[in-house]
Amino acid sequence: MNYEESVKKLEEIVSKLEEGNISLEESLKLYEEGTLLSENCRKMLSEAKLKITNINEVAENG
Amino acid sequence: MAIKMNLQSIISVSQLNTYARSLLEGDENLRNVFVRGEISNFTANARSGHLYMSLKDANASIKAVMFAGNASKLKFRIENGMSVIVRGRVSLYERDGAFQLYIDDIQPEGIGSLAIAFEQLKEKLSKEGIFDSDRKKQIPPMPKRIGVISSPNGAAVQDVLNVISRRFPLAEIIFAGVPVQGDGAGEIIARAVVDFNYLNCADVIIIARGGGSAEDLWEFNNENLARAIYNSEIPVISGVGHETDFTICDFAADLRAPTPSAAAELAVPDMYDLVAYINLLNDKISKAVSSKILLEEMRLDKLADSGFLKKPADYIDECNKKLSDLDKSLNNAVKDIFERKYNQAAILVSKLDALSPLKILSRGFSVVKSNNSVVSSVNQLRIGEPIELKLTDGTANAVITQIEDQVN
Repeated sequence: MNYEESVKKLEEIVSKLEEGNISLEESLKLYEEGTLLSENCRKMLSEAKLKITNINEVAENG
Repeated sequence: MAIKMNLQSIISVSQLNTYARSLLEGDENLRNVFVRGEISNFTANARSGHLYMSLKDANASIKAVMFAGNASKLKFRIENGMSVIVRGRVSLYERDGAFQLYIDDIQPEGIGSLAIAFEQLKEKLSKEGIFDSDRKKQIPPMPKRIGVISSPNGAAVQDVLNVISRRFPLAEIIFAGVPVQGDGAGEIIARAVVDFNYLNCADVIIIARGGGSAEDLWEFNNENLARAIYNSEIPVISGVGHETDFTICDFAADLRAPTPSAAAELAVPDMYDLVAYINLLNDKISKAVSSKILLEEMRLDKLADSGFLKKPADYIDECNKKLSDLDKSLNNAVKDIFERKYNQAAILVSKLDALSPLKILSRGFSVVKSNNSVVSSVNQLRIGEPIELKLTDGTANAVITQIEDQVN
């Protein structure tokens, strides 16, 4: 999952949890998933390195 | 150059005009003059490209012509009423006998020609709606691919890369190297904007150039560049020059940044804001789960408040009491039944007792037995036969001496 997808998933988890009409068991499962996701997002940001491509390469590679 | 001519004799018009022309052209002072005036009667010959006008002040006027070769170098359009300083030479157009100025160059008075050209292009494009704010596209909040159009050797591109690398290193830069000054640069920059759209390889485009003089930045006032930006499907951020520099590119862009660095900052989110947002989401998750747990605890407490969960021992005691009560009543019931049955049995026994033959004997009756069987009829007896008498306290033997039927 890329950064945007991860953040979107995280937002979904938050709204699911905040709606509140789910079981405690499911809440805990989502909590675990959400915590992992946010950890992953932070990691993606801190480890990212800017990629630079020349437009000519884009043109050549179709 | 002046033609020697005998003016005493009669001459033709042509001769006169040729002579006058030679006089004018022979004067050094008139070969390169700067004249201040206001333009009127301006016409442009669409076919030849020559410009015709009059230059006038409050009291006088002179015809002027600017040939196409010089006219094409003008950055701005000539308009009537414009105050200008023209450079040129003075001569006479022999056919019409017209004394006129042959213009090499025109400078608008007060402001420079570039400034005039800029204002004119700006007005033209503005009328066409090229700068309309309702045509401006939104800059995506989190662009994956950022198109950068700039000089490969300039400081501007370095500034842009540094800012994006620091703020949002998840992005990919698609770089289009272009000249950013000198004739033709504007067309090449316009072409790069078109290319980005054709290849559809960026979510946002930054056009960047460092600061410079108005002349240095001139290529960013290119009409085709403005149109390319206007027609671009990809949002364009213009970061050209310094805060105080405005170009047509700035006006046409969807977003104008004061500098290349600022353009980069406007193009991408800041990683620290993103981390803060993720932390916020994480907090929300924790809070939601905590409150869920709290809610469940409250539910449990409520349950515990009612019934045995609060004091289980009490409940068990109560149950025990109930049990022993039941036990007691069971015992009592059984005892009752037993007593009743016992009494019934006693009555039966006493009834049985009343019927016992021994009881009858005790009242003076005897049992007669013959040949070991109880005799209940005289027919079982014969005279002389031994019988046994059973009485209450013993037995006696006897012999039958007489038999009488009671019936008879």
